[in-house]
Amino acid sequence: MTTVESLCEAVQKGKTKDVLALIEAGLDEGVAPEELLNEGLLKGMGLLGVRFKNNEVFVPEVLLAARALNKGTELLKPKLIEAGVEAKGKAVIGTVLGDLHDIGKNLVKMMLEGSGFEVVDLGVDVSDQRFVEAVVAEAPDVLCLSALLTTTMGQQKTVVAAVEAAGLRDKVKILVGGAPVTPNFCAEIGADGYAPDAASAAELATAMLER
Amino acid sequence: MAVVTRTVARGVAYATADDFVFGRAARPVTTRSGLVIGGGTVFPEINFTLPPMLVTDATMADVLAQYRAIAEGICERAAALQVPGFVAEIETLPPMTFHPEWGLAVCRTVADVLGEFEAAHGVPTALRLTPNDIREGRDLEHLWHGRHWDLIMEVCAGAAAAGADLLAIESVGGKEVHDEAVMYCDLATAVTALTVLAPRDMERLWTAIAAIGADTGATPAGDTACGFANTAMVLAERHYIPRVFAAVVRVVAAVRSLVAVECGARGPHTDCGYEGVYVKAVTGTPVAMEGRTAACAHFSPVGNVAGCVADLWSNESVQNVKLLAGPAPSVSFEQLAYDCRLFNTATARGPAAARALRDLHSESDAGLDPQAWVLRPDVVVRLAGAIVTADGDYARGVTAARATLEELRRAHAAGELALDGREADWLDALSRAADDLPPDAAAALAGLDSEAFDPKKYDL
Repeated sequence: MTTVESLCEAVQKGKTKDVLALIEAGLDEGVAPEELLNEGLLKGMGLLGVRFKNNEVFVPEVLLAARALNKGTELLKPKLIEAGVEAKGKAVIGTVLGDLHDIGKNLVKMMLEGSGFEVVDLGVDVSDQRFVEAVVAEAPDVLCLSALLTTTMGQQKTVVAAVEAAGLRDKVKILVGGAPVTPNFCAEIGADGYAPDAASAAELATAMLER
Repeated sequence: MAVVTRTVARGVAYATADDFVFGRAARPVTTRSGLVIGGGTVFPEINFTLPPMLVTDATMADVLAQYRAIAEGICERAAALQVPGFVAEIETLPPMTFHPEWGLAVCRTVADVLGEFEAAHGVPTALRLTPNDIREGRDLEHLWHGRHWDLIMEVCAGAAAAGADLLAIESVGGKEVHDEAVMYCDLATAVTALTVLAPRDMERLWTAIAAIGADTGATPAGDTACGFANTAMVLAERHYIPRVFAAVVRVVAAVRSLVAVECGARGPHTDCGYEGVYVKAVTGTPVAMEGRTAACAHFSPVGNVAGCVADLWSNESVQNVKLLAGPAPSVSFEQLAYDCRLFNTATARGPAAARALRDLHSESDAGLDPQAWVLRPDVVVRLAGAIVTADGDYARGVTAARATLEELRRAHAAGELALDGREADWLDALSRAADDLPPDAAAALAGLDSEAFDPKKYDL
């Protein structure tokens, strides 16, 4: 097994110490940082994501892998910058105004990071104005809006309208999710995409980059 | 204002499961309207919420019209089905706690409709008001003082004056830590959140709510671990976490929810807290439960077993949308009313018939899911007995976790409880984690590694 293949395995098992050691070993062997990232860390996370989607592993296993991935990416970052490698995409995420439920949002964040996105997390109870400010400041590819309540899902519409009013609508793709949200609601409020779960959200965000 | 202090439960109300049955509680509650809960009859408890709409000053007239129409529809069904009494629950939405005048207007609206129904039909009703616990988020200064605390107290006191008979809450002290623990299936952190942080908050919260009850005549009812154990249940249903972890969280949550009664709550424990059966086993206070009739609100693997010892039978919540048979809350009420008829018919036939119906509820679910197994009346009585022998909330939590895991291992080994390979692996892993739990609350707190935890908000 090559060092990159071992790295891919170690990420899936959530073994942070092994991940860090294998990255060091790979760099010593002269493996390109981009290969360690793409074929080691992100490939491993992607494979685990598929197993998660197929109900073969639980979230704790995915979280441990995500933690190992983040530590590994942190270690690789200076080398990646040196080599001119950029993140696959950037996402801004938060729960809308009045909604304090963040477990779903956190899962989406984790899956996005595991898919190679840089994620800016605005937290919970985020106003439309703060979302607009973040779009201006961060210039994300994707804006993710989470709402768990029937009485807060309307805020997703408010955010879409605020982004439109700020003249930023063509600069960012907007994804919506949350228990009461539906594809029809997504279309009705003028968002770009709806995902029923965290793994699908990461897939959709990736697909959005290609559109 | 009345002063209420905590009295720790030292024993159990039910030594065996023989009398631990639906409709009867050792310490029934009689509401201001004369509804006797836990006195031999199971009543429907109907809960409802708005269809997708914003709650603002501009929409308040529509909001109140929605609530009035919902309540009128329910009363119409209640009359048609000749129910002997019922409870309606309003859970305020966050804007209704942040703006108490809105929540209290809703409370008054529903109370007025129930009052008109009582006057017309001579059937007792009760209104439960459950303020949404808003003590979360970046603006929260402190759990026990400041704007968020004051607003909750204002809603509770105002609701008692506006016609609410029962005061309840689904409090969130410790939840920010538990949310992290549940995602990692971190047993030590979950036990610390549920039995160190949550009780610390509940003691302050419930002595205050019980004082409001003493001053106003409203009944301080109970506090579910919805944000803890139901979060775990929903995540397990989505295959995000193992069901065995959710089952352990459910029983450990009983330690937390018991604190409300030790601080003056008298029941009925709120519907979505399935751990309420443990509170009933220890204290004898009545309990609202929700099962198959709550499928309109969420999935659960406990649709039948949840009814075994219910004193109120609830639907959790349903949106006011139109179905073929009428508005969803009316339809939901009808389902509750028929289930209650069945419970009460069994009771009327005598204890043996009641136990037989109870056991059918239990046997039809218990072997299929560990979360259902821990709601079996015999298991509840056994584990509750173990929990109260431990001294202090944290020790009770550790005992609850270990005793639950032992019970699940025994049932699985005996072929009584089905667990797939992944679940069985997690049962082993959690048992090892239970053996390694910190020895006491101080050590548990010292070992807490949570980004979300702000000790200052707990005066720690």
